[in-house]
Amino acid sequence: MLVPLSWLKDYVDINVSVDELEEKLFSCGFEVEEKYEVGHDISKVVVGKVVECEDIPDTHLHLCKVDAGGPELLQICCGADNVKAGGKYPLALIGATVYATAKDHKTVEGVMTIGQGKLRGYDSFGMLCSGVEIGVSEDMYEGAGYNGLLVLPDDAETGADVKPIVGIDDWIFDIAITANRPDCQSIFGIAREVAAVLGTQLHEPALDYTETEVKKDGFKVVVDAPDICQRYIGHYVYDVKIGPSPQWMRRRLALIGQTPISNLVDITNYILNELGQPMHAFDYAYLEGDQIRVRRAGEGEKIVTLDEKELTLTSNNLVICDGVKPVALAGIMGGLNSEILDTTNEVLFEAAKFARDNIRKSSRALGKTSDSSARFSKGVDEYTTVMAMKRALHLIEEMGCGKVSSTHVDNNTGNSIEPSVLKVSVNRVNAVLGIKVPDEEIVRILKNLYFSPVLEGDELTLKIPAYREDMEGYQDVAEEVIRMYGYDHIVPTFMPTAEVTMGGYNLEQRTELKLKRALCAAGANEGVHYSFFSPSSFDLIRLPRDAMERKAIKIMNPINEDLSLMRTTLAPQMIQAMQRNQKKGILEGRIYELGNVFIPRSLPLDDYPDELETICIGCFGENEDFFTAKGLTDVIAETLGIEFEYEAYEKPFLHPYRTAKVTCDGEEIGYVGQIRYEIIDELDMRVDSYVAEISLYKLKKYYGKEQIFKPISKFPEEKRDLCFVMDKDITCAQIEKEIKGSSEYITGVELFDVYEGAQLGAKKSMAFTVVYTPGEEELTADKIDGYVNGLLDTLKNKYGVVLRS
Amino acid sequence: MADLNELSEKLNSIKAEIKEELNRLDSSKSVFEYRKLIFDSKTGKVGSLMREMGKIPAEMKAEYGKRVNEVKTWAQNTFEEMDEKFRREEMKLRYASEKIDVTMPSMKPKHGYLHPNTLVKNQTVDIFGSMGFEIYEGTEIETDYYNFTALNTPDDHPARDMQDTFYLSDKFLLRTQTSAGQIHVMEAKQPPIKIISPGKVFRSDDDATHSPMFSQMEGLVVDKGITLCDLKGMLDEFVKKIFAEDVSTRLRPSYFPFTEPSVEVDVSCFQCHGKGCKLCKGTGWIEVLGAGVVNKKVLEGCGIDSDVYSGFAFGIGIERIAMLKYGINNIKLLFESDLRVLEQIAE
Repeated sequence: MLVPLSWLKDYVDINVSVDELEEKLFSCGFEVEEKYEVGHDISKVVVGKVVECEDIPDTHLHLCKVDAGGPELLQICCGADNVKAGGKYPLALIGATVYATAKDHKTVEGVMTIGQGKLRGYDSFGMLCSGVEIGVSEDMYEGAGYNGLLVLPDDAETGADVKPIVGIDDWIFDIAITANRPDCQSIFGIAREVAAVLGTQLHEPALDYTETEVKKDGFKVVVDAPDICQRYIGHYVYDVKIGPSPQWMRRRLALIGQTPISNLVDITNYILNELGQPMHAFDYAYLEGDQIRVRRAGEGEKIVTLDEKELTLTSNNLVICDGVKPVALAGIMGGLNSEILDTTNEVLFEAAKFARDNIRKSSRALGKTSDSSARFSKGVDEYTTVMAMKRALHLIEEMGCGKVSSTHVDNNTGNSIEPSVLKVSVNRVNAVLGIKVPDEEIVRILKNLYFSPVLEGDELTLKIPAYREDMEGYQDVAEEVIRMYGYDHIVPTFMPTAEVTMGGYNLEQRTELKLKRALCAAGANEGVHYSFFSPSSFDLIRLPRDAMERKAIKIMNPINEDLSLMRTTLAPQMIQAMQRNQKKGILEGRIYELGNVFIPRSLPLDDYPDELETICIGCFGENEDFFTAKGLTDVIAETLGIEFEYEAYEKPFLHPYRTAKVTCDGEEIGYVGQIRYEIIDELDMRVDSYVAEISLYKLKKYYGKEQIFKPISKFPEEKRDLCFVMDKDITCAQIEKEIKGSSEYITGVELFDVYEGAQLGAKKSMAFTVVYTPGEEELTADKIDGYVNGLLDTLKNKYGVVLRS
Repeated sequence: MADLNELSEKLNSIKAEIKEELNRLDSSKSVFEYRKLIFDSKTGKVGSLMREMGKIPAEMKAEYGKRVNEVKTWAQNTFEEMDEKFRREEMKLRYASEKIDVTMPSMKPKHGYLHPNTLVKNQTVDIFGSMGFEIYEGTEIETDYYNFTALNTPDDHPARDMQDTFYLSDKFLLRTQTSAGQIHVMEAKQPPIKIISPGKVFRSDDDATHSPMFSQMEGLVVDKGITLCDLKGMLDEFVKKIFAEDVSTRLRPSYFPFTEPSVEVDVSCFQCHGKGCKLCKGTGWIEVLGAGVVNKKVLEGCGIDSDVYSGFAFGIGIERIAMLKYGINNIKLLFESDLRVLEQIAE
């Protein structure tokens, strides 16, 4: 929120520098996100008095001798039509910074530094300035809008800095307001905090006014939806004279970036910023039936708002109606049909409190926000609602732009605006903080916050002003005390009263970390991808229309379509990650991700879905093939101390002959394979790429599997190399299985050669090294021969496999 | 073989022959082979000498044996000398032939790297684990109740605007904060409670400095007599361990619906040590986390007696810490699996 220092000073005495003020605000919970001097771009501009002014023949220029307060007069060339001897104007000295303008003399194009110049052969030692050139508009200073020099008052001291004269020595604070302090969404609200933190005097804005005897007979307010309109105050004002607001009000609105419109409208905008209460003014002439009705909109009911947009409403929206039609979208924007016009001469002022969630939701649903809706969404209190109406009527009177009738309607079902009593234990307050704040400090702080503290023994009785709706109990009091007392009083302690507890990763978390480290050791890098992806991900991996994975949870309000579905598989994002790397010229790499897939039990979601841990591995490059991808998959098995089995498999997005289903103890747990060339081409990928996806959640039962030590035999291992000839469609796994089953002493089977070629015709050979590890007795050559012969018989009978001669 | 003179002559001629032959040898291998030839017990010129013993008259046997042995010893010594000489030369040549440029690049097994988020998570768990914190991992999909309502953020609460929420249905959403885990823990067990809850969180915010998914680590302590001073003490320890020993903390007021008082915690800038630099935007302080004393309404909502127990909670942005620690300048880089990024940061 923007707070001009000069405006703030209306309500509170400030006896510190701007830097100190920023620090004080920061320490009590109001972060100044930015602060700047209004004229921060302007420097070395002084009051110059033109002593002589002669026309330069055949030009529009004037040659001036200007008194800048120094010992000598400066020669300045000036093209403005309103320069004259005896006048005082802003004078930018050599080295000054002012705004550079476009040819129209109005549009600011940047900041320029004034140097010594020469115009038509005449030296110029500075520049006389317009309002625009020193960043002052007509709203900020009378006459500053003139397309020529800004005329300064005759009594301005020659040579003095021009900034204070035109008011650009003012400061703007942009203050962040936390959601618990809606009462500080205004300059007066901030003033209350400043007064408390500085311990200085607060000055309330004037609220007095005099009602005339005029009445609008028969006018009434009916609130049909008191649940979402807790208070509605209306006041009738007549003999309205629409015109510009006074300079001081226009200046303040301009300082916070608002464009002054007309006195009546400006009053509402001014009060919104001054007190935080949004107000509205209806042209009474356009209200039918002498009444205001606050009700929920009908389904499909329409309203055209001030910005000339037609909105279609639902019963969730609150509308302000006259006797016939909606005239405003409550708390968000007025209706076009009752807008204040130049011709308006009677007005109904509205100050109301609407339920914050209703305004927030309506504003969102209708996509319409305003300063008013922003305030209401955060919360407005009735204390301020009442105050704001008084303030508006005071300003009407003060500015002479209307007469205050005695028709005042106040429909109130909300909170009292009287202070409420809160009793807390001082010990309890200190117990929250862990320090003992001296009693007198507590009392001083709470007094500064207008809580009227009375301390008797341990009992602290407070009268909480109605605008402090956040104050509910001892914790709130503790917060108020410590933010004013200072957080630097908090001393570090280490839970002296707490019990000792055991901590750290549990088995599941430890195992997952172990898996990650093992994959890293195997050369893979851990990636993290979003938990949501695009519906097109399913097409990328060629999922059939009816695939289970397509039944994904939808985000109702996604950022965009590409981030709209909770992922049911990790593969698409892994493929895209490999694609991104290859596009950047990285043609080799290994990546894995350990993350969740989200499987709904029902759609739409009415129960927690299953969040299932999954590992996805991607690898690509010249040195990778199906078996390196399979190797990375086996790293998972090895880390868990289990074994995976593989068999040929088909997946629509994977190579038809280079894809395997992965099972563990007979349960399918995933797949590994090479990405189809069509997809590689489609994504402009440059090298063969592989992907594996393993349902880690199915392996949790193996976590923490005990590793049992097998005694080392004192006899040496025996190895036999066996080379078999067989039909081509017999798999390695089939042979391995038979080998393993042929002797209880086999501890290792390793394929070391595969041959297909002319010598073998339609057959192939596979050679294995078989390791026999003896137990307590020696394994003799004869005994091993026996096992081998048995194996050969089995292979021959079952598969027609023979030893290669 | 009648007399010793004859024998002497024979032995001398063998010696001469060997000497001559030795001149022709040029490698340890040829030495080995010639030696084998000479010492062969059947055919070798030296090796077969002892076979003659039977033909030697008894009175000459001793003298014969002595002389043969002399020749044998001489031959052996000579061969060994030769062998050693050749081997020395051969080794020298071998070494010379194996000369390499030791400044050429090393060959190391390629290994991968843990994600920076995992690194920070591990360090954080190590620190809090040693302080007795258990790890609770909640779900990414939560109900509105656990994410907001139970955290003292009812439907009409303006704090809901602080976080742009992704909704999945009227009841379910993507958690916007790991604080959601607090409630599950407090519902499940009575104090003493010391947990940290790391996990992914989601907010509908996607621009240069925001990612719609990021990670948090929630911390919660509930026990007897827990105060704001304890929060400060524990966070002081944490930041010293995760950043540097000379880092200090500063608390300043803030607002979260589920803590009261609420604080933002800044750490003194570990790059410029408070002098003011780019990292701390000239302030000397870096905002790292939010925290506060658990709101009694939250405790009571979970069936914990706020007259007996109190607690504190804190929320750490994992990416925020990772970016600060490792100087990563863009949060989006953490979710792109760009190997040029991932392969930079080692444990």
